[in-house]
Amino acid sequence: MPPKLTAAVAATLLATIPLYAQAPAGRPPRTADGKPNLNGIWQALNTANWDLQTHGPSGGPPALGAIGATPPGLGVVEGGEIPYLPQAAEKKKQNFASRWTVDPEIKCYLPGVPRATYMPFPFQILQGSDSIMIAYGYADAVRTINMGKPSDAPLDSWMGWSNGHWEGDTLVVDVTGLNDQTWFDRAGDFHSDALHVVERYKLLNKDLLDYEATIEDPMVFSKPWKINMPLYRHAEKNARLMEFKCAEFTEELLYGNLRKKASQ
Amino acid sequence: MKEQLGMIERHLIHIGFLALAAWLAPVCWTPTVAQTATPAVRTKSKSPTAKWTPPRTADGHPVFEGVWNSSSLTPLERPVELGSKEFYSEEEVAAYTQKRRKEMSRERRDGGAEADLGRAYNEEWYDRGTEIGRNRRTSRIVDPPNGRFPPMTPEGQKRFDETRAWLDKHSTDAAENQPLYVRCLAASQAGPPMLPGNYNNNYQIVQTPGYFAILSEQPHQTRIVPLTQHSPLPQDVKQWMGDSRGHWEGDTLVVETSNLRFNDQSKFGNQYDGIADDNLRVTERFARTAADLIIYRATIIDPTVYTKPWTIELPLQKVTEPVYEYACHEGNYGLAGILSGARAEEKKAAEQNLGHR
Repeated sequence: MPPKLTAAVAATLLATIPLYAQAPAGRPPRTADGKPNLNGIWQALNTANWDLQTHGPSGGPPALGAIGATPPGLGVVEGGEIPYLPQAAEKKKQNFASRWTVDPEIKCYLPGVPRATYMPFPFQILQGSDSIMIAYGYADAVRTINMGKPSDAPLDSWMGWSNGHWEGDTLVVDVTGLNDQTWFDRAGDFHSDALHVVERYKLLNKDLLDYEATIEDPMVFSKPWKINMPLYRHAEKNARLMEFKCAEFTEELLYGNLRKKASQ
Repeated sequence: MKEQLGMIERHLIHIGFLALAAWLAPVCWTPTVAQTATPAVRTKSKSPTAKWTPPRTADGHPVFEGVWNSSSLTPLERPVELGSKEFYSEEEVAAYTQKRRKEMSRERRDGGAEADLGRAYNEEWYDRGTEIGRNRRTSRIVDPPNGRFPPMTPEGQKRFDETRAWLDKHSTDAAENQPLYVRCLAASQAGPPMLPGNYNNNYQIVQTPGYFAILSEQPHQTRIVPLTQHSPLPQDVKQWMGDSRGHWEGDTLVVETSNLRFNDQSKFGNQYDGIADDNLRVTERFARTAADLIIYRATIIDPTVYTKPWTIELPLQKVTEPVYEYACHEGNYGLAGILSGARAEEKKAAEQNLGHR
């Protein structure tokens, strides 16, 4: 093949390589104001929602058979272990034992942070001018990250209070004001209302986000620990969030005992 | 409870329970600062129609971002006696405001102890607004020209009557018979159409090049409206907030919504009658007419229920405070309370019947 033709073929090949592979590391796509452009629909592709730590497969409620089973997966905890204080480790064990009735996800409760990120649902980042909204497919959970002057959480809530800022090309979100009602996963990993989460979102290329969350809670853990995972862009043309207002699907579970009996 | 509360409208009991739930579960409580965020009417400012140049996004559209509130004392339907009078004069506003505040107040103390109990909570719990809409309109409905719902079709009226009669008997039989806002599945505030309720009439708007997102505080629902190419959902896939798509007509954002999942327990506004069915479509128009004002219009089209479309107009006033989380379902002691109350009444009635035999 003559050298010129080779170059032409190479150029053609380059032109057909997906955009994400062309974007050099460290130079992600930008918004009009020069910030990394995180807009889009993203999702984790892992089993962190079942268990943050490496786990094998296990069965679930018998009636659900294979559907209710836990898929195996590699952990997302840096160093592998969650540093529970001794009493908290005991509580985690109890949570695990009763996970098929006690996990707040069963009741369609808001998932908290960071669990919202790695639930098996897509979420959409909407990068506004003075705030960044993250709308989650699960339960209509939503957060508005304040990108202006940081403000204190006025009170505890399920999704917490998020203040964000840019450190170079990394979006850093400081989350406080989280209540103690949520779990980190279906395995019963938990926290108190002293939880403090610092999230770091870094665009590696157009379709890949690096997500890291530092978890600090002196009531439950002996030291801060980190989870880390890639988040993938939904690249399908018609990608969209659809409504999953799951409260409806919990009504029989939560209020079925209060239904009027046919005989009454 | 029935003996004590007497003739109270059922929905007020529901609202009361929700408020009680919010009080019992502080984590779900929307702080007072958000509830009292309704801005004052500024009758002396320029008229809402005066020309104003909006700030623009990088792609050249007006900026709608921020937090907005739709509370006002303006009624949905115009009082019949006002006929075709669309606006109050500046002079009339003060007197009318006083009258409406009094009418809406739960602290009137004018109906005896039973009425006071029925009103359940004082004004602290409500954020319906304390001023009439800045557009000085006499009603939120602006079309038909008499400011009132258009007549229903015969089949629409029949269904409406049957639904009401059935709900009168069965609304407390099971969770699914309760209004959607009691079940935390939908709220008039989220819409579409976005109609104010008794509290939490706050919205956060975020714009990106391809999307216009409206977070409704009640019951924390976000409508993400695509502004570019968009494949509609199949007709049989319904969502509580429907399937919206938007486009710009000059500086006005026009949003068309179909696939709305309307059911017999849905209402236009918590406190207003009105029904729809699967044929419902809504066209909304957002126009930013001042630094602190969006004029919001929504046309409701449902040919099998209403004989013609009807249109509402609301001023959305800029609010400087953030929207707080309204975790409705998580603290919904109200729904359990309503159902268990009904079961207790049935039990009591059955025991009394036995006693009389």
